[in-house]
Amino acid sequence: MIRFLKNYFTEVFQAVKSLFLGMKLTGYYFTHPKEIITQEYPENRLTLNLSERFRGEVVMTHDEQNEHACTGCSACELACPNGTIKIINKFEINAEGKKKKAIDAFVYHLELCTMCNLCIQACPTDAIKMAQTFEHSVFNRNMLTKQLNLAGSKLREGVE
Amino acid sequence: MIEEITTAKEGEMVINIGPQHPSTHGVLHLLITLDGETIKKLEPNLGYIHRSIEKMCESLSYRQFIYSTSRMDYLSAHINNHACAMAVEKAMEIEVPERAEYIRVILDELTRIASHQLWWGAMAMDLGALSPFFYAFREREVITDIMEETCGARLTMNYMVPGGVMTDIHPNFVKHVKDFIVQFKSKIDEYDTLVTDNIIFQNRMKNVGLLSAEDAISYGTSGPTARGSGVSCDIRKTHPYSLYSKLQFEEVIETGCDSFSRYLVRVKEMKQSVKIIEQLIDNIPEGDFVAKTKAVIKLPKGEFYSRAETARGELGVYIVSEGGTTPYRIKFRSPGFSNLSALNHMVKGYKIGDLVAIMGTLDLVIPDIDR
Amino acid sequence: MLSFENISHGLHNWLSAIMSETPVVLIELTLVALAAITLFAALGLILVYMERKVAAVIQIRKGPNRVGPMGIFQTAADTLKLVMKENFMPDSVDKFLYKLAPFVVMITAMLILAPMPFAQGFQIWNINIGVFYVTAISSISVIGVLMAGWASNNKYSLLGAMRSGAQIVSYELSAGFAILSIVALTGSLNLNDIILSQQDGWWIFKGHIPVWIAFVIFMIAVTAETNRAPFDMAEAESELTGGFHTEYGGMRFALFFLAEYINIFIVCGIGATLFFGGWMPFHIGHWEGFNHVMDYIPSSIWFFGKTFFLIFVIMWFRWTFPRLRIDQLLNLEWKYLLPISLFNLLLITVIAIKGWHF
Ligand code: SF4
Ligand code: SF4
Repeated sequence: MIRFLKNYFTEVFQAVKSLFLGMKLTGYYFTHPKEIITQEYPENRLTLNLSERFRGEVVMTHDEQNEHACTGCSACELACPNGTIKIINKFEINAEGKKKKAIDAFVYHLELCTMCNLCIQACPTDAIKMAQTFEHSVFNRNMLTKQLNLAGSKLREGVE
Repeated sequence: MIEEITTAKEGEMVINIGPQHPSTHGVLHLLITLDGETIKKLEPNLGYIHRSIEKMCESLSYRQFIYSTSRMDYLSAHINNHACAMAVEKAMEIEVPERAEYIRVILDELTRIASHQLWWGAMAMDLGALSPFFYAFREREVITDIMEETCGARLTMNYMVPGGVMTDIHPNFVKHVKDFIVQFKSKIDEYDTLVTDNIIFQNRMKNVGLLSAEDAISYGTSGPTARGSGVSCDIRKTHPYSLYSKLQFEEVIETGCDSFSRYLVRVKEMKQSVKIIEQLIDNIPEGDFVAKTKAVIKLPKGEFYSRAETARGELGVYIVSEGGTTPYRIKFRSPGFSNLSALNHMVKGYKIGDLVAIMGTLDLVIPDIDR
Repeated sequence: MLSFENISHGLHNWLSAIMSETPVVLIELTLVALAAITLFAALGLILVYMERKVAAVIQIRKGPNRVGPMGIFQTAADTLKLVMKENFMPDSVDKFLYKLAPFVVMITAMLILAPMPFAQGFQIWNINIGVFYVTAISSISVIGVLMAGWASNNKYSLLGAMRSGAQIVSYELSAGFAILSIVALTGSLNLNDIILSQQDGWWIFKGHIPVWIAFVIFMIAVTAETNRAPFDMAEAESELTGGFHTEYGGMRFALFFLAEYINIFIVCGIGATLFFGGWMPFHIGHWEGFNHVMDYIPSSIWFFGKTFFLIFVIMWFRWTFPRLRIDQLLNLEWKYLLPISLFNLLLITVIAIKGWHF
């Protein structure tokens, strides 16, 4: 009987103690609002730090002369697992009167892209890269289909 | 099957748990037969999130198919990728550079910790304690930040390529991983105070959801679910891959066979993972991060299999190649599927509240089950 | 001094001066009803906001912070949303009971308010069996919950309602015993007498350890009785999705939701009255000077302060502990709380008879 009572009360005591320790921990957080880790998102847009490798969307780099490095080789189109990229080529007659392949439109379907980075790996001239943008929501799905080469841009000299 | 269940006996009641239910963590549908609150029978009903990843892989090249496996068990994306990359490397006999192996193992273990942390929070949430979820996410956030910095994505990284890793690690990688270890070690005690030692939690977990070692084997369970029943089945120990044969760590085995042992296995595994990372992080060798491979990978004709220990158990990748650039057939042996099959056996005779707790300790990720 | 007592007496005297007795009673009844409803609405808004903020800070979050400064209008906006929602009713419910249930729960909560002394001399109904009245009425709310669960024609709701029935009926016992121990010490069922008996110190300080035990048991039991986590069996959102109110939406759901918070307020008010002296300021024995200083703080502030502290404790429970299982819940009551509280009551009776308390 004595042993039973002793067990009974140690059990109760242990139980209460474990509960109390838990409450002490949550109480600690309640009394230390400094521990709050929330960031208020739309307000902190300016200070938001995304690492430079973050894969937000595929973009084509253009320099000041509005020139890019894409030769239209379609390697990225082949590397893409889900048909996100469509390369449309045209044939230009250059100064010597020869026909030369050049890119007409680099069509990129953002809604299909899984940001897997395979196209960027595949590109032999580093014409495309990942941008850190991530606010992609739009009201119309068509707006997600983008042309990555800017209007009037052309191939940079010396890129083969 | 369903007809059989709807003709429940007098006094029994059939309830649909899911596909929209807060504690099935996704679109799992369970048909349970109840007598009062006691569960008589449970029938998982799958297919709500089937995306036919295996079939899709048949039309993807060996570089491309890896990315889709991040979407299976999204919480162990790196480990899935690793297993696939290993299968291709085995077939092609590619020698993976030492540096790549180090990076891979560190990332694998970080993934495991992140996965277990999410499980820990979700498990406590299933039992009705909501605060631990946020504490777990605080530490997990550090890992996802590391992933974002080095791999470029937070969840579906696609960082492993056949022959190594996609890019070299970020210059800050080592420092941030060390910071994480320091933070993790200072907070892991809170996990125990808040949940493990809590008397209510222990009562909910102990002697509930019993799965004997024989049953664990016969249902084909693996990972922490089987190790909680005293079955040694850690692929990292039994069939060491990558660097694991050289590392010092323990395979966590608990012999309680109940929910609480499965819980303990996962909590202790986090500490073991930290131990592994500590051994590697300081001596990542210099060198290439990826082996030279041909632009178009063609696997020789034949069948190839590789296995890896994900956060949920054994993942097997089985590739049949006809010698072309795409696989003829790919089969994934996903751990969640087999673990779920043991659920009916485990919940019989327990209450609805226990069902939720037992399901929590199985750590189900539904896209892993359904693929 | 402007106090609730003076206001109410002044109003009564003024009304009696200008008209006969019957209209005075009618007008006063209407005023009381209006005041009670206003108090309910205000309490609901404040408590929901408080709960969300407490939860947020414990969970290292910020909590509501968009509507108004610090998000103080968040709950008002939520209520507006609930009011404007369609009053949807599933097809195969028992229509009468389904509509009645939220009101039963709500009206019960309102009724318990009657004998509550909010401030010195400010009470809706000074009934001489106040404690008994509270215990009796509070058990009616389970009928509303059962009604809701049954009428919804949903298995989750039914399970939730049955759980809640088993739970409330058993926890009523230990809550009752905890209340009885104070009754034994004061020898009165009147809430006012109980407060006055704490003039030289609150019972929690005067009554040694047994009163502490009674207080702890009281807190556990009322947490269970108000269906709060870790005893939220009836709702158990990770098991039964929403328990007895799964099928309710819009304003009907809001009534259940509101009633939960009102019930918390009431039980904490009772707890504060019994163990912490209600509106009685903090007095120590015969330290006249000290007691006098304490008297400068208005009695209503004392009452609300203590009540809100107890409410905070109950919220603290909720955001710390995992939920019990239904059979463990009943085990806890019948194997631990009930024997302990019976024994404790015995001790307290001995203390009361021998006059061992301060
Ligand atoms: S990131 Fe991947 S999915 Fe997106 S365009 Fe490049 S290859 Fe295609
Ligand atoms: S972006 Fe690169 S890979 Fe794609 S078409 Fe242009 S040059 Fe070729």
